[in-house]
Amino acid sequence: MNDTRLQALRNEHWRQARNLTAGLLLLWVATVFGAVFFARELSGMTLFGWPLSFYLAAQGALLVFLAIIGGYAWRMRVLDQRYRDQV
Amino acid sequence: MKRTFFQRLSRYYLLFTGGFGCFLLALAMLEKEGMPRVWIGYLFMLATITLYAFIGLVSRTSNVAEYYVAGRRVPALFNGMATAADWISAASFISLAGTLYLHGFDGLAYILGWTGGYCLVALLIAPYLRKFSQYTIPDFLAARYGGPHHGRIVRMMAVAATIIVSFTYVVAQIYAVGLIASRFTGVDFSVGIFLGLASILVCSFLGGMRAITWTQVAQYIIILIAFLMPAIWLSAKHGGNPVPQVAYGKLLPQLSAREHALQHDPKEQEVRRLYQQRAAGYAAKVEGLPGTWDAGRFDAQRQLDAVKQRNGTLLEIRQAEKTLLAYPKTVEEAAEAWEAARRYYEQRALPPVPHAEPFAASSAQASDIKRNNFLALVFCLMVGTAALPHILMRAYTTPSVHETRVSVFWTLFFVLLIYLTIPALAVMVKYDVYTAMVGSKFSQLPTWVSYWANVDRAHPLISIADINRDGIVQLAEIAFDGDVLVLATPEIAGLPYVISGLVAAGGLAAALSTADGLLLAISNALSHDIYYQTVDPHASTQKRVTISKLLLLAVAFIAAYAASTKPADILSLVSAAFSLAGSTLFPALVLGVFWRRATRQGAVAGMAIGFLVCVYYMLHTNPILGGNAAGQWFQIAPVSAGVFGVPAGVLAMVIVSWLTPPPGKDVLALIDHIRTPEA
Repeated sequence: MNDTRLQALRNEHWRQARNLTAGLLLLWVATVFGAVFFARELSGMTLFGWPLSFYLAAQGALLVFLAIIGGYAWRMRVLDQRYRDQV
Repeated sequence: MKRTFFQRLSRYYLLFTGGFGCFLLALAMLEKEGMPRVWIGYLFMLATITLYAFIGLVSRTSNVAEYYVAGRRVPALFNGMATAADWISAASFISLAGTLYLHGFDGLAYILGWTGGYCLVALLIAPYLRKFSQYTIPDFLAARYGGPHHGRIVRMMAVAATIIVSFTYVVAQIYAVGLIASRFTGVDFSVGIFLGLASILVCSFLGGMRAITWTQVAQYIIILIAFLMPAIWLSAKHGGNPVPQVAYGKLLPQLSAREHALQHDPKEQEVRRLYQQRAAGYAAKVEGLPGTWDAGRFDAQRQLDAVKQRNGTLLEIRQAEKTLLAYPKTVEEAAEAWEAARRYYEQRALPPVPHAEPFAASSAQASDIKRNNFLALVFCLMVGTAALPHILMRAYTTPSVHETRVSVFWTLFFVLLIYLTIPALAVMVKYDVYTAMVGSKFSQLPTWVSYWANVDRAHPLISIADINRDGIVQLAEIAFDGDVLVLATPEIAGLPYVISGLVAAGGLAAALSTADGLLLAISNALSHDIYYQTVDPHASTQKRVTISKLLLLAVAFIAAYAASTKPADILSLVSAAFSLAGSTLFPALVLGVFWRRATRQGAVAGMAIGFLVCVYYMLHTNPILGGNAAGQWFQIAPVSAGVFGVPAGVLAMVIVSWLTPPPGKDVLALIDHIRTPEA
């Protein structure tokens, strides 16, 4: 009984961790692909003087990467703390 | 206790930074007093190498956990700094800004690829490796895909992949060390290599991961100061704002306007036309072979005779003799040389590529090919980053899983401090060259131009020649080698020589820190995975560490020897190492955590197929390796072979895993363990 409950909790933790990972990876793919694939279309627009596509590839996407990793570390800490005592 | 350890470290490194600042100031004052340049170079080399040796000596250890994983107590912030130094190689420090200068937007693939990969490291691999808590990457793969012989096959394959990938990489680093040392101190190239080797060894030989970690933190600080100083200066000069990452937004439109003006400048067009004529001349010569070869040789011979007959000066005779000597010996040689010259001049005849324009090309189709290659390269660099053993190894060194996640964050943060500056630096130097140098008189060229032009006469780093003989520098008359940009930036910006020495020390730190990490990755794979796990599992800890040190020494010497032969082929293959690492290790690492059904046979098949597809594509399409560009699939360049290798590896792994019996209980328990939050 206790074992199955433990297993269920672990599964639940893993499910949430996996969903978080999948969501952030999706954001990551969208950032890279969007910035590169549509670079020619985006280069007409400007942001603080930069052509938007240049800004994204040289700075914007990189900051998104940093935010993804920061967000992941923060959310996983919360998640781990919630489940730590129970598993 | 941990808090105080962190505080103590912070105090040491703050003191170190302050001391380094004082050292810089002192040197700057000495330079003002008239100390010769070469002494500044010597002092920088000596001071930094002594420092690394000192840290290495203080951190010496024979303890296994200290030697392999720095005792697993490196705080996230410092682990991030050390990983960033591990990461920022000679290529990032020296060549990347030059690549961006030359290729504009298309060069940003490296910036994107080499940073985006950390998302994969953070989300898919590093925390799970830390939870697993062993010593090397093959350790993890062998445990996850363990079988009858404790996963010996998987372990051996992972070791082989680690060595192949890391070795090409380390040779390139040592090569760069030799280059920088020889340029800034005037010693011979091979002496430079062995000087660098000595400083790599004092640090990693005695203290393994522990010594490397603390040296790398110091090296990162030097890299950062060295890279930012000239950039900040240039940014204040041209952008009116000392933050280069912000300032170059203002410069970019001005640069584009200048590019546009230069494109239509009649003088520029004249120079480009002259190149076109030269290219056409060589094309005609190639066309007329073998007749043109005979005629050319007679001509050179006649010229020499003529000079001798009219009693020309010794200099003239020398010149004529040289021309005759340099003349191609055979028809085949002539065809090759003239064809290369034709291509070179055709290249020079092209108008400048607009810096900010993505995938500039003459037709929409060519532009699409460029875009696809950009995407493919970004993919390979990212996946490769997430599979480089010397980076992943660092996931083991933090105190907890959470600290590992935070440490990847800090890694990317510290990498970005440099990587966000690189595109800014490229734009600012380009702006400087386009506005200050273009249009100036040949008689008033700054002295650094002739200095750098004479450093390497066989492959000039800068060449400026008055093609149309009007005495004015045209953009089309300037040819930069990408490698010179960062090293020459202080002089371009008009900074004192001491900053040039600092930049050289930074480049040296970048190369040394990466070489340290790579050598340790190789020697750990050999000593821990081959010797301890396979040959002699009962070896005492003392023996294990000793063996590891000896192997490190051996590998370092082999790598230095390889670098001293100046292997141009290996250097061009460094970016290919990313494709190889990604295709071979990435699928097995990620599926090992995220897919319970992945089996040993699947992993073996995936690693083998990924590797083979990747190597096949490179051999098939890379002209250096005897391939042919015509064999490309979807017009993807050979450097991005991983774009085929990674999916092939994943596919093979999935199919074979489905066809083989599911993994046993102990493996499933291991998977559960690494997924469960830490107590």
